[in-house]
Amino acid sequence: MAADIISWLAVGLILATSTTILISRDWRVSLGSLAAQYISVFWLASSHLPFVMGSVKLIAGWMVVAALGMTRLGLTNLEEEEDTFWPRGRWFRVILTFMVLLVTAGSTTRIEAAIPGLGLPVIAGGLLLIGAGVVHLGVTSNLLRVTLGLLTMLAGFEIIYAAVESSILVTGFLAVANLGLGMVGSYLLVAGSTPLENGEEL
Amino acid sequence: MSAPLLWIAIPFFVGVLILFFLRERFSAFIGGSVAAILALIALIFPIDEALLLGSISLKISPSIQFFGRSFEFSAADGALLAIIYGLAALWFFGTEASGTANRFVSLGLMIVSLLTASIAVEPFLFAALLIEIAAMLVIPLLVPPYQKPGRGVVRFLIYQTFAMPFILFSGWMLAGVEASPGDLGTTTQAGTMLGLGFAFLFAVFPLYNWIPMLMDEASPYVAGFLLWALPTFTVIFALGFLDRYVWLRTSPQLSNAIQFAGVFMVASGGIFASLQRHIGRMMGYSAIAETGLLILIMGLRSSEIVNLTFLLLIPRGLALAVWALALSILKRNAYSLLFNEVQGLARSFPAAVTALIFAQLSMAGFPLLAGFPARLAVWQELAGQSLSMTMWVFIGMLGLLAAAIRSLAVFVMADEEKRWRVNESWVQVTMLGLGVIGLFILGMFPQILQPFMADLPSLFNRIGQ
Repeated sequence: MAADIISWLAVGLILATSTTILISRDWRVSLGSLAAQYISVFWLASSHLPFVMGSVKLIAGWMVVAALGMTRLGLTNLEEEEDTFWPRGRWFRVILTFMVLLVTAGSTTRIEAAIPGLGLPVIAGGLLLIGAGVVHLGVTSNLLRVTLGLLTMLAGFEIIYAAVESSILVTGFLAVANLGLGMVGSYLLVAGSTPLENGEEL
Repeated sequence: MSAPLLWIAIPFFVGVLILFFLRERFSAFIGGSVAAILALIALIFPIDEALLLGSISLKISPSIQFFGRSFEFSAADGALLAIIYGLAALWFFGTEASGTANRFVSLGLMIVSLLTASIAVEPFLFAALLIEIAAMLVIPLLVPPYQKPGRGVVRFLIYQTFAMPFILFSGWMLAGVEASPGDLGTTTQAGTMLGLGFAFLFAVFPLYNWIPMLMDEASPYVAGFLLWALPTFTVIFALGFLDRYVWLRTSPQLSNAIQFAGVFMVASGGIFASLQRHIGRMMGYSAIAETGLLILIMGLRSSEIVNLTFLLLIPRGLALAVWALALSILKRNAYSLLFNEVQGLARSFPAAVTALIFAQLSMAGFPLLAGFPARLAVWQELAGQSLSMTMWVFIGMLGLLAAAIRSLAVFVMADEEKRWRVNESWVQVTMLGLGVIGLFILGMFPQILQPFMADLPSLFNRIGQ
């Protein structure tokens, strides 16, 4: 009973953090929300995985947040790019989040009926994250935000996949994939800010 | 010594060592030599068979356990490994001539080893994870540290990341389909998920828009390597699915859908290639058309799917390598690869232009060149099943041919006063020359590939039954 309540609180936290990542213009707030999001991911994944394997997801996620944060902190001359998509604005993104919530609410019980045993909070949390990640990728071309969108989408997938596959190797590879995504995001943020050292690189 | 250790771990660690400890001057030779040696070992030493050399008995064990799962190579994988590492050696030796940085050989070795791991991992659907990790390693190759990333790279990363969850989840659903194949709902869902996953991986229309963008932004040699490596291993991965799940092979709707996707890619790739004014983008669209041919082959209702696939894959690797090398030589001397920048370059870089045109013609299926025997075989099989599809494939090839003729016209369009000079280095001329000779040899004597291809159908022995 208590575990169920905490699971639904985790889903609530996922909704709050994914919305915050989508509407916030400050990268610090976005990364902080991503870090909080991984706590929910840890809790929901741990309902089907051993505690240690669930904690791998949390640690990998926080390492990614740290890497992205340190990289972004070092780029002091980077201006926040104005998205050129129409429509844009916070209310539009809130509406998008609401649509994701509606789809999640409609799909969760049907998926639970099709694949019993997953648990409603796990499905809801996973679908929310996948939807929020996809929506985020659709409304931004900023490198950091693209990375956050991909990480969010992957986190949602990992929650649901943890319920069907509990292999150590898969957990490890998914952690490597998350870390790799974070490092690639950091690399792409930094690329172009270092001058060309020698002509041979052309 | 185990096969996964030899063909996965060793090249990966050699790649790491080259990245951190070796100078650029030696990296091409070391990396190419390692790949060539691994290819030779795969050819000479059979896996899981004891070889007696005097009083010494050598055996390469086929598998290794890793965190509860295994990486396995069978005896039939030897030829496949020889092909993969042989072609990789061509790419690595070519960096000497292309002038690509040290990172290419080191990261290239790591990428090839990860992709090789993807064909060895059991259960095989975990390959999606390894392909994703390899795709991430490509990013530092595509985007040098001094260059701002373009939209093509970001889109490539997004699509590769999208592919992984679809394939992993479909793998789980396929297990349920096996248990109750008559359940149409589950079958449709599993097929859709799998199709979407491979659509992202193969860059099926309209998900291939990142390829021409990448040809604009990235080094042609690196982009060519990516366009060779990823589809090659993705095809092997896809053949594994067809081999494993009988309903995938026997479903007429699925094979029609696969054929349609393949034909669409061939036709659209060829038509778009013929309309390009950027020779790098032409290579991108030609690669798209070739990938379409590979997808089309997998949709054929034929017992020759595996033979046709590898008959196409091997010349494809050589043609792309020659084309990418020629492009990278030209790009170092032209501001961009647009027609107005490369006009008349045949008189300044005759070797590169000649090699480029022959590679382009090979990928268009021009007779006497490496691509022709495979395309002829595909047309023969396809004509027995659908004349309209054969016609569209022909239109696609015609588009590629038109692109090659336009390129040739632009390259030779120079002032009469301009003198002929060979500005390529002797290394570049040698490599390009060897590549072109290879294209002719494979075109005129395709039976040379027979020893490599004899064992390959046993890798997927349920396909074609």
